Amino acid sequence: MTGVVGALVEAWDELRIHKLRVLLALIGVACAVAAITGVTAAVSMLKQAFQEQTDRGMGRPVTLMVNVYPAAPDATLTTDVDAVFAQVLERYSIEYASRQEWTQVQARFPDGTRQLQVQAVDQDYSVINRTVPVQGRWFADADVDAFSPTLVVNEAFLTSLGLADLSSHPTVQLGGQAPVRATVVGVLRNDWPEAEPTAFILYDQLHRWIGSDGNAGPPGQVTTAQSADPSMMQSFPAMQVWVPTDSATDIGDAIKHDVAASIPGWQVEVYPNTDGGDPIGDATKWVGIGVGGFALLLGGLGLVNIALVTVRYRIREIGIRRSFGATSGRVFFGVMLESVVATVVAGLVGVVIAVAIIKNIPIERVFGSQIDDMPPFPVSAALVGMACATAVGALAGIIPATVAVRVKVIDAIRY
Amino acid sequence: MSLLELTDVTRSVRLPDDRMLHILQGVTLTVGAGEHVAVVGRSGTGKSTLLNILGLLDAPTTGEYLLEGVPIARLSNRARTRRRGRDFGFVFQQFNLLPGRTALENVTAPLLYAGGRQFWSRTRLAAEMLTRVGLGDRLDTMPEKLSGGEQQRVAIARALVRGPRVILADEPTGALDVETGGEVMDLLDEIASQTGAALVTITHDLAVAARAERQYRLSEGALVPIRLDRHSDWVGDVPTLVADRSAMSERRLLPSGVDLGGPPDGPVAVHVDGEAHA
Repeated sequence: MTGVVGALVEAWDELRIHKLRVLLALIGVACAVAAITGVTAAVSMLKQAFQEQTDRGMGRPVTLMVNVYPAAPDATLTTDVDAVFAQVLERYSIEYASRQEWTQVQARFPDGTRQLQVQAVDQDYSVINRTVPVQGRWFADADVDAFSPTLVVNEAFLTSLGLADLSSHPTVQLGGQAPVRATVVGVLRNDWPEAEPTAFILYDQLHRWIGSDGNAGPPGQVTTAQSADPSMMQSFPAMQVWVPTDSATDIGDAIKHDVAASIPGWQVEVYPNTDGGDPIGDATKWVGIGVGGFALLLGGLGLVNIALVTVRYRIREIGIRRSFGATSGRVFFGVMLESVVATVVAGLVGVVIAVAIIKNIPIERVFGSQIDDMPPFPVSAALVGMACATAVGALAGIIPATVAVRVKVIDAIRY
Repeated sequence: MSLLELTDVTRSVRLPDDRMLHILQGVTLTVGAGEHVAVVGRSGTGKSTLLNILGLLDAPTTGEYLLEGVPIARLSNRARTRRRGRDFGFVFQQFNLLPGRTALENVTAPLLYAGGRQFWSRTRLAAEMLTRVGLGDRLDTMPEKLSGGEQQRVAIARALVRGPRVILADEPTGALDVETGGEVMDLLDEIASQTGAALVTITHDLAVAARAERQYRLSEGALVPIRLDRHSDWVGDVPTLVADRSAMSERRLLPSGVDLGGPPDGPVAVHVDGEAHA
């Protein structure tokens, strides 16, 4: 016990006294550990940022897209597809789902009337697709039964209204012959710089106030997808459902089977959003680890070099310690432990540097978008970095420790 | 039973040209607990080799070395090292303080290799020992800020801090002026007698050697018992005791029946291993 503590005390004293030497030797090791840890963390963030970008377009993993098509050109919908969808959701206890429909609606902007691309969704769409308004809010429960439609628009829409924010509670007139005034409650970031004005509307509100064909009707008039002539519709019934990853295939097959059985003559397709695979893959991670490992090797070689020079410089001291009763094992362990303690400290410094960089990284500038669910700092990478540093320290310590043990005590004292 | 006992010890080394160099030849020496023994000799006579063998830093080529009756040849390297740390305290000519460490840290260093209470109380024990050698107010001073005498005091404190049975002092006053050397030897004698440790001093300074109860001269690898007093001096390669005839007669240093000639009250020089001259 006292032997181990004594060796640690001795190693720490040695490092304390030779701060500059230690510092020089360990810069490489600290940088290498910072590189390994930092790159791993950065790759995690990059993957998360990319995943979230993908989620915004295609939904979180695993999101199933349920599409219904007429099997023949003259097929008509005689069944309430919304009710079929609702049954399926209940049957398989699916928590998050959103019906979807795309249509064009006439909108009156200050500079004139334009055709506005509108996407009708349910509230859960924002959860499934990580839709977070930069101003205002997403749709709330109360919006479904509101006396006028509410819109969540993109920044281009707001700019077209000649506004910079929602402080004036802007409204816009939708529809041609029987227009309805919709309130803008939230603003989303543009998907790309030159984006056209677009808007989200609640699926039920679209059918209540405007209709699938984009023509607004008087308040109170209910126009559902099922009651409209399918040939006049802009799109066919569709639904996004977010399901657990491990049961996605089974649920997808079941939904396809159940919906198809409920609407004969129509074709049902269910697509998972996971077909694209992992576009980043492990390659980046391995490149990072490779670069870090190489840096660690160079740092370790520097450490060996300086440790060897130092041991020669310390031969007399080693001899004096032998006269105190330091066994050859203790001298070996002590010199090696110096190297190990030094690299562990360097490893810690490297991890702290990595944490400091990762916590202060300008995420939006680097990754192109904000990250909603920031991945946790990769503790495993930090541990791997620390373990590598310790191993390098031990390996780098073996050579000088062997030299130290071979020193003849008498010669060492007179050195 | 003697504390240290060398019997017919030799130490030889092979030179690069394959010749054998016989450093020690048939050395026999016993040192009892609490004794003060001095060994004098010119440079290169094997003094330090003898000290290294006594301190378990080196091993005899032939002969027997008993440490408290135990042949050290039977001890493993590890056991020898442990006994060296526990039973011997070294005082070197060049002090050999650890660089970059304060006086307190230097005295603490040997206790890092001790066990139990000594290890855990090392800072307190080191501070007490430094206070005992008169450096209680210089605990945190770096060696290079201390005078030569103070540095040797730190070295003495370091040699004594583990409570050794034997203090081996290799030219302890070699790097000090006469006055400071005397003070250091006073301290060494005092603390050695207080702690009951045996003191083996290796020196070429006959005045320092004269403090010991027993003195030996190492010449061409052989150890010869001699008698010295504070007036002794070197004549050529031979330590010589210079005293008046009456004092020599009183101390029975004059060989009987030898006519030295010269005036009856005049000084006489006696080679300490027997031959006397007027």
